[in-house]
Amino acid sequence: MEKKVFSRTKGLTEVFMRYCPGCGHGVIHRLVAEAIEELGVRKRTIGIAPVGCSVFADEYFNCDMIQPAHGRGPAVATGMKRVKPDCIVFSYQGDGDLASIGMAETVHAAARGERITIIFVNNAIYGMTGGQMAPTTLVGMKSTTSPFGRDPRVAGYPIKVCELLSTLEAPSYLARVSVHKPANVIKAKKAIKKAFQVQIDDLGFSLVEILSQCPTDWFVTPLQAVEYVEKAMVPFYPLGEFKTPEGKKEPAKAETKMAVEKG
Amino acid sequence: MGEKLLMKGNEALAEGAVRAGCRFFSGYPITPQNEVPEYLSWRLPEVGGTFIQAESEVAAINMLYGASACGARVMTSSSGPGISLKQEGISYISGANLPIFYANVMRGGPGLGNIAPAQGDYYQSTRGGGHGDYRVIVLAPNSVSEMGNFPKRCYDLAEKYRMASMVLADGLLGQMMEPIEFDFEPVDPAKLPPKEWALGNAEGRERRIIRSYDLKPGYLEKMTLKLLEKYNKIEEQEVKYEAVQTEDAEILLVAYGTSSRISKEALMLGRKEGIKVGLLRPITLWPFPTKILGELSGRIKKILTVEMSLGQLIDDVKLAVEGKSRVYLHGRPSGGIPTGEEVLEIIKNICSE
Repeated sequence: MEKKVFSRTKGLTEVFMRYCPGCGHGVIHRLVAEAIEELGVRKRTIGIAPVGCSVFADEYFNCDMIQPAHGRGPAVATGMKRVKPDCIVFSYQGDGDLASIGMAETVHAAARGERITIIFVNNAIYGMTGGQMAPTTLVGMKSTTSPFGRDPRVAGYPIKVCELLSTLEAPSYLARVSVHKPANVIKAKKAIKKAFQVQIDDLGFSLVEILSQCPTDWFVTPLQAVEYVEKAMVPFYPLGEFKTPEGKKEPAKAETKMAVEKG
Repeated sequence: MGEKLLMKGNEALAEGAVRAGCRFFSGYPITPQNEVPEYLSWRLPEVGGTFIQAESEVAAINMLYGASACGARVMTSSSGPGISLKQEGISYISGANLPIFYANVMRGGPGLGNIAPAQGDYYQSTRGGGHGDYRVIVLAPNSVSEMGNFPKRCYDLAEKYRMASMVLADGLLGQMMEPIEFDFEPVDPAKLPPKEWALGNAEGRERRIIRSYDLKPGYLEKMTLKLLEKYNKIEEQEVKYEAVQTEDAEILLVAYGTSSRISKEALMLGRKEGIKVGLLRPITLWPFPTKILGELSGRIKKILTVEMSLGQLIDDVKLAVEGKSRVYLHGRPSGGIPTGEEVLEIIKNICSE
């Protein structure tokens, strides 16, 4: 007798995905879609697609979707969540979108503690536009705009988003995971689900950074790309949880008095 | 309704928006419009609405994109430099067919300019302002009363046509106080008809997508031609203007906003001296009152545009007149404010030609 052990999640639509072979987006899409479906919130979820390779995410996620300007996802999410507090709002963004052009929107949405979830895919490159240097491109890594390798004297150093955001008071959940090995995929799923659970429980801002591979624009084979994540990215971008909601204090009530009063 | 209040222009604008059903505002401080966010920071929570001081104008307009997509009546306000930053979002909002209301309380430009009243953002407002083919409905008040009553008109138009609608004012209208009477009953946004396109709570229906892009060959052209259908309808149906003593006029002034009040003074001074001056004040800058101006120009051979800019409004006047009248300009840019006497002198010079 045949037994069904795996099926496509309802969180994804039945359309053909246009991602390259070996790309991490397909896996990450499935993890996000499964999390939404398993948590039973798909019908009240609104997703925000970025500008970049995953601009087509609005076709792939089987929930209400919006496609805004490059980097503005967290601001759009803010507007949505404030007028629809019962909806689950997530913004799916790449590294150029989130950590370069949208850095201000990211930091301030996190600082305000917006009750949203950000799925941040870090593959250290601008994929859609053909492989330019990203804010997360590693030192020495070649791209079409750093053809001799990223030189920190010219282009500075890559940005560690989770570490940067963990200096803020408001965020409730910050974690970095990867999808380059099956064991990591399982851990990534757990982190993504936790991030959505934080929003469902109204505990505040959550973000999961996912290290991903881009064989096409790294100009390597899918296997070499997976090896690059393991040997170059993970040592620079350590995996793990940077902030969790456990033990997080309730925000203090607004003080109407000035802190310093005249004696 | 019925109650007469004394209000500052910016506060009237903010109160008018709340009474028109606005429940979401995000903005960034800039003079001379600061009273708008200051007022709404306490007024919106009073009616269960949301006020957010955004990290930038770019973020503010994108918060509107999100809140409007979820069906709320939303607003932002700024002055020239901030409106420049918001153009990115306004273009996306226009492409995505979302209704929003915003106000530009103009100051002197270009660049950081100054904080004096000016009208240098006419092109920016009436030509779309951001990238791509689109239009924004532009209403130009010339009193505190209109500052307070125009937000309601803007929301009605924005929702009727699913697009951006704005009030184009200036620092003088924003800062001065005048009596105001609201000419409409307060709107309860909960009682507005449901928006069949809005996102959120998809139970029992198909999922919805809001976007301003389409990469399939030919599709975007079709989408943009649909915008044109809407714009043509607006140009036919939504033009508003005020005509003052145009029946027997031998010289016609064309001016909007603050300049139109100065022009009205010049008209009265001129009439006292027996000069037959008329005034056409466009209330909608887009759609522009092209038709009436075309009709008037068949009879009135001299037209003077009075504007607090280098000569922007004059372009629309010339397009409407199609060479049938001679069109003169009196433009004071970057904070220069003409007086009635000054305009009268120019009228006399033109008449003696």
